Amino acid sequence: MATTAEPERVRIHLSARAAWPGAHAGDKTTGATQPATPNDWAEELAKATREVFEIMVGTTLTLPAKPRPPFIPDFAAMVGIAGSLCGLVSIRTTTECARSIAARMLGDDEVGVAEAAQDAFGEVCNMIAGSFKGRISGLADGCALSVPTVIFGRDFTLFSLARGEHYEVTFEFEGKLLSVSLDLHG
Amino acid sequence: MKPARVLIVDDSSVMRKIVGRSLRQAGLDVLQVLEASNGSEALTLARENPLDLILSDINMPLMDGLEFVRQLRGIESTHETPVVMITTEAGEAHVVQALSLGASAYIRKPFTPEQIKERVIPLLRG
Repeated sequence: MATTAEPERVRIHLSARAAWPGAHAGDKTTGATQPATPNDWAEELAKATREVFEIMVGTTLTLPAKPRPPFIPDFAAMVGIAGSLCGLVSIRTTTECARSIAARMLGDDEVGVAEAAQDAFGEVCNMIAGSFKGRISGLADGCALSVPTVIFGRDFTLFSLARGEHYEVTFEFEGKLLSVSLDLHG
Repeated sequence: MKPARVLIVDDSSVMRKIVGRSLRQAGLDVLQVLEASNGSEALTLARENPLDLILSDINMPLMDGLEFVRQLRGIESTHETPVVMITTEAGEAHVVQALSLGASAYIRKPFTPEQIKERVIPLLRG
């Protein structure tokens, strides 16, 4: 899994196109959509992220100012997707931001405990991945999620072997930046 | 409704705390909360403790929530204990499988206290 400064040009996964012909033909039973363009995938990822933060963290994410200020994440969580679509959902931020998220989720004396931040951040990633696949027609039952993995510390690089499409959305949480990515298997 | 003895099963300690808090926010009178981080631990606790309600994740290491429910229903003392699955796996196939194995209700993460109230309170009244 890699986070590159400038991801390769995105393209729609072949199996995804085969599974979901037609653009935005919404699923009448679940409300799930059928993305046809890179913007659609990113938009659904953004919606999933906003939903998780509003319901479970109790905050509304905002978009960062442009140009985006320098951002060096040292805290990451990732959840694998396997099945009719293969890839990885990851979320990256700073340790300070991860602890703030855990504090908002727990709202009590667990603030500052490193394990709580790791646990909370992993669960946030898990819920974003789950919400995302629930929004895409055919993925809810067609894919399984891995248990979350959390990485923290300075000077690490995530390198993806997926070599497929890369979608990324960046938000601001209490003045701190966080990025959510979807890397699809090529 | 009498005070409830509850078992919360999730590999995330943060989620266990949030689920417990949501139960109280939903107005449930909680007498005791037991916690387990996987299905295997939960089975042990369920055998050793009388329970009024179990809330369980699905994706967990060692033993997942579906296998936990399957084995739980084979134990005489827990045969009818209400089990609510709380999980990110919200596809129809997952719901059908969980219910067919003996789950009583299904809640998708992320969830609100109102959703907990809607699904859990009727099970305790029933």
